[in-house]
Amino acid sequence: MTWTPFAPLRETLRALQRGEVSSEDVTRAYLERIDALEPQIHAFLSLYPEQAIAQARQADARRARARRHPDEPVPPLLGLPIAVKDVLAVEGMTLTCGSRILEGFVPPYTATSVRRLLDAGVVIVGKTNTDEFAMGSSTENSAYGPTHNPWDLTRVPGGSSGGSAAAVAARMVPAALGTDTGGSVRQPASFTGVSGLKPTYGRISRYGLVAYGSSLDVVGVLAPQVADLWPLFIHMAGFDPKDATSRDAPLPPEPNWEAEPDLRGLRIGLPKEYFVPGMQAEVADAVRAAVQHLANLGADVREISLPHTEYAVPVYYIIAPSEASANLARYDGIRYGPREPASRMWDVYYRTRGRRFGPEVKRRIMLGTYALSAGYYDAYYAQAQKVRTLIKQDFERAFETVDVIAAPVAPTTAFRLGEKVNDPLAMYLEDIFTLPANLAGVPGLAFPVGFDHQGLPIGMQLMGPALAEDLLFRVAHAYQQTTDWHTRIPPVAQGQPA
Amino acid sequence: MLTREEVLHIARLARLELTEAEIEQYREQLSAVLEYFARLAQVDTSGIPPTASVLPPRSVLRPDEPRPGLTREQLLANAAETEDGQFKVPPVLE
Repeated sequence: MTWTPFAPLRETLRALQRGEVSSEDVTRAYLERIDALEPQIHAFLSLYPEQAIAQARQADARRARARRHPDEPVPPLLGLPIAVKDVLAVEGMTLTCGSRILEGFVPPYTATSVRRLLDAGVVIVGKTNTDEFAMGSSTENSAYGPTHNPWDLTRVPGGSSGGSAAAVAARMVPAALGTDTGGSVRQPASFTGVSGLKPTYGRISRYGLVAYGSSLDVVGVLAPQVADLWPLFIHMAGFDPKDATSRDAPLPPEPNWEAEPDLRGLRIGLPKEYFVPGMQAEVADAVRAAVQHLANLGADVREISLPHTEYAVPVYYIIAPSEASANLARYDGIRYGPREPASRMWDVYYRTRGRRFGPEVKRRIMLGTYALSAGYYDAYYAQAQKVRTLIKQDFERAFETVDVIAAPVAPTTAFRLGEKVNDPLAMYLEDIFTLPANLAGVPGLAFPVGFDHQGLPIGMQLMGPALAEDLLFRVAHAYQQTTDWHTRIPPVAQGQPA
Repeated sequence: MLTREEVLHIARLARLELTEAEIEQYREQLSAVLEYFARLAQVDTSGIPPTASVLPPRSVLRPDEPRPGLTREQLLANAAETEDGQFKVPPVLE
């Protein structure tokens, strides 16, 4: 058997399909790596090894049966182990959202995104760590302790999908689901040297995704290579009657992964507002070099302007907390999870919420409550919604002259654990380059384009018009066909069982 | 700068119990954040419609037909306290 857990996802799928390796062997191999690396990385909030092996055995039995009965359909992802960010409901598995207010909560149903992947045959090994209710850019806001960046254990993996990113970077799973409200897939992908997709808003059902900022939340996916994101993305995508905001649009065609990398005729825009004083020079240099690489493959690169970019931080940090303050009103100590005891009803609310929500969640609930409160609504919430329109129009105008936009994912590489926890504004400003895509609802695809002098990964993102994910995949894949950043594995993960 | 009373007012609206240390911390942090947000006022938005959703508007109404849902047992399974198939809460009125 030549298969190893370092194999890219699509190779693993082929090996499973050809019977070169069993799902049980694949699943056990990843579980062994999780055992070895989890104490240092803390990527998971819950693990289900026995359940995963049982699921894997069922997958193997189903494949064996299909071999005897060739007319029996075989689910396309049969036996593939993955991890799921702990903000998505999976029936029978705890769903904490990284919060003590949902300690021990077990959802009675499964998110549509996860349901579709289970129907396609995946095996779920566990739920990954996240900033509490996906509010954060470092995974330090998890009530269950931070995740460590596999490239440097003293640094953050980014967030909020930091557990998924770290697990993928350390090859503890071949791919993991994340969510992206303001960059929560792309920024951790960038910080950990993996690829991450934030689909078009509405492309994947939000049913069973715990709501944070409902007009911004999307389910995404992380894997080392962009081509390996595709099978999970495409099986989750599509209209869901259970989500009134899911889009009823045709699925994009699968790119030809074997085609020669040729970007002739493609117009790439480089927004000048994404190269600003104060950002790490190595990040700007690596992104410019990557764009030059795309030009060498035939693309026509031109500078563009997205003039309202500087307002993305205040717009996002008014709209998302406002939506959050309403969405999180449901955690009242009555219907979901534990209650702080009190003799009067009002005190149950105050105590349960005050003691079980963490500092950042309380901060955002208060920020949103303030922005929506009488006397401040017009100055904050209404004005933010109008500037959101201007940000959206920036993109619409840009896509009249270019096909895709290339930009850095974050102004810096991974920062140190603890460095920004006491300065929320500094943490918010870290999101400047990822927020606009969420506000405009357009897809973004992040992938590694180099390392800084400390050996920390640098990411670039491509953004495209709504529903144009396949174009982003084609361009990023051409880059990865001709570079090898995405094949680098953190030293801590190299010597482990493989 | 937010006042202590304003912080308490917001916390009350949001049903959040805060410690003394939290009141002071949020007063400082939220003030700094709101001060940064003041730049939004510089943007001329006259005649610009608000964006509540990026989706093209469409009707999501459907016929009001009953469908299977979660059972009472499933819905109550995560409750802190139940009695006779109901959520149980402490007295609301005294």
